[in-house]
Amino acid sequence: MGDTTQAGEEQKQISQKMPKATRDAYGETLLELGRKRSDIVALDADLSCSTKTGKFAKEFPDRFFNIGIAEQDMVGTAAGLALAGKVPFASTFAVFETGRAWDQIRLVVCYSNTNVKLVATHGGITVGEDGASHQALEDIALMRALPNMTVIVPADAAETVSVINAVADYKGPVYVRLGRAKVPYVVPDDYQFTLGKAFVFHIGKDANIVAAGIMVDMAKKAAEILSREGIDTGVINMSTIKPLDEETLLRVAESSKLIVTAEEHSIVGGLGGAVCEFVSENCPVTVKRIGTLDTFGCSGDPDALLALHGLTTGNIVDTIKAFFKK
Amino acid sequence: MSVITKGKITDIQELTSIAKRIRIKILHMLTQSGSGHTGGSLSAADVAVAIYFSKMKFNPDNPKWEERDRFIMSKGHAAPLLYAIMAEAGYFPGETLDYLRKIESPLQGHPCCKKLPGIEVSTGSLGQGLSVANGMALGLRLDKNPARIFCIMGDGETQEGQVWEAAMTAAHYKIDTLCAVVDNNELQIDGPVEEVMGIEPVHDKWAAFGWHVIDVDGHDMEEILRALDEAERTKGKPTVIIAKTTKGKGVSFFEDKVEYHGVAPSREEFDKAVKEINNG
Ligand SMILES: Cc1ncc(C[n+]2csc(CCOP(=O)(O)OP(=O)(O)O)c2C)c(N)n1
Ligand SMILES: [Mg+2]
Repeated sequence: MGDTTQAGEEQKQISQKMPKATRDAYGETLLELGRKRSDIVALDADLSCSTKTGKFAKEFPDRFFNIGIAEQDMVGTAAGLALAGKVPFASTFAVFETGRAWDQIRLVVCYSNTNVKLVATHGGITVGEDGASHQALEDIALMRALPNMTVIVPADAAETVSVINAVADYKGPVYVRLGRAKVPYVVPDDYQFTLGKAFVFHIGKDANIVAAGIMVDMAKKAAEILSREGIDTGVINMSTIKPLDEETLLRVAESSKLIVTAEEHSIVGGLGGAVCEFVSENCPVTVKRIGTLDTFGCSGDPDALLALHGLTTGNIVDTIKAFFKK
Repeated sequence: MSVITKGKITDIQELTSIAKRIRIKILHMLTQSGSGHTGGSLSAADVAVAIYFSKMKFNPDNPKWEERDRFIMSKGHAAPLLYAIMAEAGYFPGETLDYLRKIESPLQGHPCCKKLPGIEVSTGSLGQGLSVANGMALGLRLDKNPARIFCIMGDGETQEGQVWEAAMTAAHYKIDTLCAVVDNNELQIDGPVEEVMGIEPVHDKWAAFGWHVIDVDGHDMEEILRALDEAERTKGKPTVIIAKTTKGKGVSFFEDKVEYHGVAPSREEFDKAVKEINNG
């Protein structure tokens, strides 16, 4: 396949650094952006310690607006700041950002097409012990349904840096979903995120895993195992979920018998939904969706929760093997 | 058209006659479209006219002019009022008013900032305008731009929790470039506000949230102008004008009638209404 991008060398190119939370990378990048650009402002809803906008707040108190525990007002205020020519980054937990303020996002961000960057942390099940009330498993579906919205889920801290810089330059509404837990580095060191472009590690002749967020790392591990067992399995990091990289997806669909989507999100309406919608209309091929199965999460250690919900390397491997056993 | 500067029109007589024209335009649009919100457009007409024509600086030829004062119609269903004012101010030709709510018209059922230049932000889902007004004010403050922000809300609208979130924010950040108006017509869709979900004591609530509160007769041009001046002079806190109004004001058979919240006049009603306004 044409796109086996440095498959052999990729291991070497990936940072050997210790795992790092995407939210930490966000906090640092936002601060850097603040130093470079005076039009960058930030908002939070009493979670700046957790979302890491606190770093920006400390250095730029005049450009930081804590709105208190009032997510709807935060989104509206962000829209106003955007309309006054600022580039607002508004952050809180993904559940509250997308759920509590959905109608605000719809009207004054998307319909009004304001240049608001909604960067939410604590997406997904790996929120852990706080439990279901705090685990956003529907946020991507909620954001993806909105016209004008761009939806991005970075795979690791390095990609997050690149994503935050890219969305600061992009004009228009963006939702970036970050996580709480530390995640290993998966993208090559020299990788630069391009909005709307998937990163292809390898396109498999048999199966391809289209993954986002923390599932990219597991997808890569699963692909290694499967390829050793004779099932040529590709991995695609679909970090921009909207607009979907249709060109890459079409190539993937045309060259494989099976696509597996993997995301830390409900199988309803997220990456899996997006891939199914496109593939079924343009190049029908079997798609198996790995994600939470239309259910709420619960409290627990993040790894235990991932295992409980089948968000594991093992489950990806089993899903693909089962398909080829038939 | 050139820049319309602040304080351009202070003559009460002149503002009153503009308000009459605006009311007729509203009724014309609504009759023409056959649907839309009559009561709340008429109740806020005097305050909106006073804000636009006595206080605000703006340039219809350059709707994005940076020094302009900003206006947000948070009660977006009063779009006909806003459109009538914008036509009067020269943002678009008067004939466009015939296309209210028609397919592909810039005059959407509720204001759309992407379809009509001069609209600052799209509204229609109640309770959101004040937050946006705050954000604009904070952004302008960072740029040391002294432009002022006006935001009209309905009284029923203030039942939305977000309004009070925004009320806190405005006071917390001492947003004194903001002047909000509550169009206190005491009616909403399902009946009198005090029956549906009481909001009294309105004055004390806003005061308790840290606002400078001014009560006015929302149909007395002189009182309105005085209040707008007082708002401009008030520093260190936001101002809200509680405008006691009559829903459907200016047309006797619409006044204080809950059923005329979202119903357009018939042809006959229109003719009668215009006569009343002209004679009033
Ligand atoms: C969030 C939201 N809920 C419901 C509505 C439907 N609605 C439109 S107008 C209205 C009543 C508004 O009453 P008020 O704010 O007092 O306005 P006015 O009397 O000035 O027309 C309602 C409930 C809406 N537009 N937005
Ligand atoms: Mg009312």
